[in-house]
Amino acid sequence: MRTPRSRGARIGAVAAVATLALSACGGGSIDEQTQANEEQAAESGGECGDLNMAVNPWVGYEASAYVVGTVAEQELGCNVEYKELKEDVSWQGFGTGEVDVVIEDWGHPDLEKKFFAEQGDGTATDFGPQGNVGIIGWFVPPWLAEEHPDILDWENLNKYADEFATSESGGQGQFLGADPSYVQFDEAIVSNLDLDFKVVFSGSEAASIEAFRKAEENKEWVIGYWYEPQYFNAEVPMQRVALPPYEEGCQDDPETVACDYPETELKKIVSTEWSEGDSTAVDLVQNFTWTNEDQNVVAGYIASDGMSPEDAAAKWIDENQDKVDAWLG
Amino acid sequence: MTTTAPAPAVRKPVEPGAEPPPPERSSVSRWIPAAVVIGVWIVAYLLLEGTDTLALPGVARTDLHDRLTEFNNDLLASRDTNPVMQFTNSISDLLRSLFEWVQRMIVVPNPPRPVPEIGWLGVVAIATYIGLAIANWRIAVLVCLSFLSFGVLGYWQDSLDLLIVTGISVAIVIVLGMPLAVLVGTSTRANRAITVVLDLMQTMPTFVYLLPVVLFFGIGVSAAVVSTMIYALPPLVRIAGFGIREVPTATIEATDSAGQTYWQRLFKVQLPMARKTIIVGLNQTTLAALSMATLAAFVNGPGLGKPVLAGLRINDVGAAFVPGVLIVVMAVMLDRTTTAASERSEKVARGGGGNVRQRRVLLAVGGVGTLVAVYLSRTYIGLAEFPVYTIGDRIATWVNDVMDWVTSTFGGITGAFKDLVTTWLLNPMQSLIADSPWYVSFVAIAALAFVFGGARALVSSLVCLTGIWFFDLWHDAMITLTMTLVATVLVMVLALVFGVWMARDRKVDLGIRPLLDAGQTIPPFVYLIPVLALFGPSRFTAIVAGVVYAAPAAIKLVADGVKGVSPTTIEAGRSTGQTTWQEITKVQLPMAKGSLVLATNQGLLYVLSMTVIGGLVGAGALGYDVVYGFSRSEAWGKGLAAGITIVLLGVMLDRITRAAADVRRDDGPGPRRAFHTRLPIGFPGDRKVVET
Repeated sequence: MRTPRSRGARIGAVAAVATLALSACGGGSIDEQTQANEEQAAESGGECGDLNMAVNPWVGYEASAYVVGTVAEQELGCNVEYKELKEDVSWQGFGTGEVDVVIEDWGHPDLEKKFFAEQGDGTATDFGPQGNVGIIGWFVPPWLAEEHPDILDWENLNKYADEFATSESGGQGQFLGADPSYVQFDEAIVSNLDLDFKVVFSGSEAASIEAFRKAEENKEWVIGYWYEPQYFNAEVPMQRVALPPYEEGCQDDPETVACDYPETELKKIVSTEWSEGDSTAVDLVQNFTWTNEDQNVVAGYIASDGMSPEDAAAKWIDENQDKVDAWLG
Repeated sequence: MTTTAPAPAVRKPVEPGAEPPPPERSSVSRWIPAAVVIGVWIVAYLLLEGTDTLALPGVARTDLHDRLTEFNNDLLASRDTNPVMQFTNSISDLLRSLFEWVQRMIVVPNPPRPVPEIGWLGVVAIATYIGLAIANWRIAVLVCLSFLSFGVLGYWQDSLDLLIVTGISVAIVIVLGMPLAVLVGTSTRANRAITVVLDLMQTMPTFVYLLPVVLFFGIGVSAAVVSTMIYALPPLVRIAGFGIREVPTATIEATDSAGQTYWQRLFKVQLPMARKTIIVGLNQTTLAALSMATLAAFVNGPGLGKPVLAGLRINDVGAAFVPGVLIVVMAVMLDRTTTAASERSEKVARGGGGNVRQRRVLLAVGGVGTLVAVYLSRTYIGLAEFPVYTIGDRIATWVNDVMDWVTSTFGGITGAFKDLVTTWLLNPMQSLIADSPWYVSFVAIAALAFVFGGARALVSSLVCLTGIWFFDLWHDAMITLTMTLVATVLVMVLALVFGVWMARDRKVDLGIRPLLDAGQTIPPFVYLIPVLALFGPSRFTAIVAGVVYAAPAAIKLVADGVKGVSPTTIEAGRSTGQTTWQEITKVQLPMAKGSLVLATNQGLLYVLSMTVIGGLVGAGALGYDVVYGFSRSEAWGKGLAAGITIVLLGVMLDRITRAAADVRRDDGPGPRRAFHTRLPIGFPGDRKVVET
């Protein structure tokens, strides 16, 4: 079986490894660093301990999570572990100690019922607003708002229903529903406002973004469920369509909803057990608050500039040391 | 076409209780009653359109769904007291500490050391040495280059994490799966019972069981290992069981007459004789485990799935592409290594294996070299931490540029094609199937099942349709069924064109096969965004994703089937002066009919297994329901119902096509087993039977 090629290939592989190895050499001795680490560990007593930060799957959340996490790491010496999870799984993790902090919660009445102390098992605690204001609503791409300004009022939507028709909407206008994670009443709103539209669910944030991006590029007609803060709005500033204004209680019965979505104060939700412990990160999370603009800056670093979340957070922290100092009290 | 009754010694029936195959019918006569059924269906549709369709809005649920949700809620409420969960939690702790220990050995710093115990150079050397020891130098080179590519492309830790998770999962699968395989191989009753469970494990969408798995095993690596296990167990049990069953009766009787015990028979005769098939099963299990990488990342499972999802989160195709390709690299590496190892062990067992002395020297030298590498990697930082290269980022940027060019250049054409297929094929079919009253579609589908598959298929489809109706998602199920059928039509068009081309031209075959392998192994999440950019969120986008995923398997089956047509038949045709077109349509395709039906069967099931992905790109229907149930725990029951409905659709389509092809269910390894990683139900079966 041995052919002359065998030796050639083997030498080739050895050469490849050797080149890599040589190019990488010169980093210094491991033993020295080990010793240094041991000494350092003996000096500093860790008061923060582990911080389990849930990372829900959207960029804005990632921005908040990594900024808080990086501050905790740099200033308090925490050992931060980021866990990429959807909302429901994150809340489940409070009770088992697997998750300590959800840094951006858009309101989950069903989860609150299950996990807050009033009705549920009390494993989760509301840690107050984190400064961002969530705006949910019906949005159209900017070109559409510019060419047909009257489209920004729901009463004129039926006039344009034909234009919004697609292969999916069966002759009616298509309304693009969102990722199923989000609270949505669009099917009810469409039917209660007698709109000639059909809700087609994009199924994921990625799908919605691609649809809006394409629509703006090619001047296509799209209307859909969208929100702020969102990094994509920096690339394509989506325009909001006014629905009948939100009033207290108008969304209580999902079947009869005929009003706009309310503005949501995004909240911090934490594990009760963790918040009652003595970790120094508890105060940091309690004090953390920033604005939509702040978040969009960091989210833009990640999504548009392709920075890693760690680098993006570190960059923002560098630029905004005063805000960070306020959180540290 | 005449069939000779196969001798029992050649083909042992798997389901001895099943009735004999239905009498042979010519294919022409089936289409006439089928046309009549469809005609009546259309008339009924025109009369009753839109009534009793059982449509349910996207975010609505029924009482049944809420009752199912209660099941998950009860589990959650009892998590502090439930003894089963206490037990699984302790298993989960064990798994986590095992994973973290291995991680500290080879990937992450082991404090107070700033680096792992064994640095990258040592890891590469050890892996290469293993390749050399269990296979040959060629595999060693392949392993070495694969490992280097993990680091050079910038995903060293994620790659090794995935390898560790896969390794732990496969080890557990072997421990749990081999006894089951023995059971399946030696007892027909156990075989029948276990097969049903295995079908369920392979067809149930992962999103459905991810939430309960997290409840029992926690977030992260344990949940990843367990959900990987659920998906990776069936191939081993099926194929190893098949191997044990296929040990010739004569051999067993001969050794039995020497008075051996059950255990002697098992360990001295059955297992050794089935070894080659068992390793094939192991190979399939490993590849199935890898295909779970991205899904496990949804519950913080470590590995290459994480960067894929991160790329998806910022709609960055390139960033998702590079780790996706590394999953393919890893699959190729593991596939070729296990295959070569099994070939080598076979050779050694038969007394071959080359010059023993030369090999010993080679292994000894390699061993010393490996030890030196390990020592160096423990001493120098640069040999412990993989150096940073930018080539991965450059590839990502390049992929993005290519994708931008493709979408801007072909956007118009693809849109037109989408509208064409949607208007003329998808919408009319969906109107007929989903907008007819449910009882009309029910009867019509059952009637078609009877026409194509006889009484056996009729019974299966009646059971499945009743189940679908029971779970309250009839309308969504019918839309999903329509999309699956349309996608399968496209898959078969591609399979016929490329399959015949590959079969007739060896060069084409060699050129296309790696692409097909990659198409089957790369995580669908990688191509979601390009597909979305080309087609927008729609049912057709889901169909395209399904076709990308299903076409490779069907193309390979058709190619192998056409290749299998005896050359003498073709020669005979040529001597009568037939054209190439005649040769293909009159000789090769009819002779390969069995393969075509099997390709259809596999095409249908592969497409169906992409239903959930479809839900993420705007296809709605059952896929959306499953994602909805996974995303919002108050709708978990609806997700479960949708998952079960997908399983029922799969079983129904499988039984109808199998009955139509008159293939008995058997789980032998397919003709080219290499990359059949996602076989939703079983294996193509014994092809010899179909081609008689």
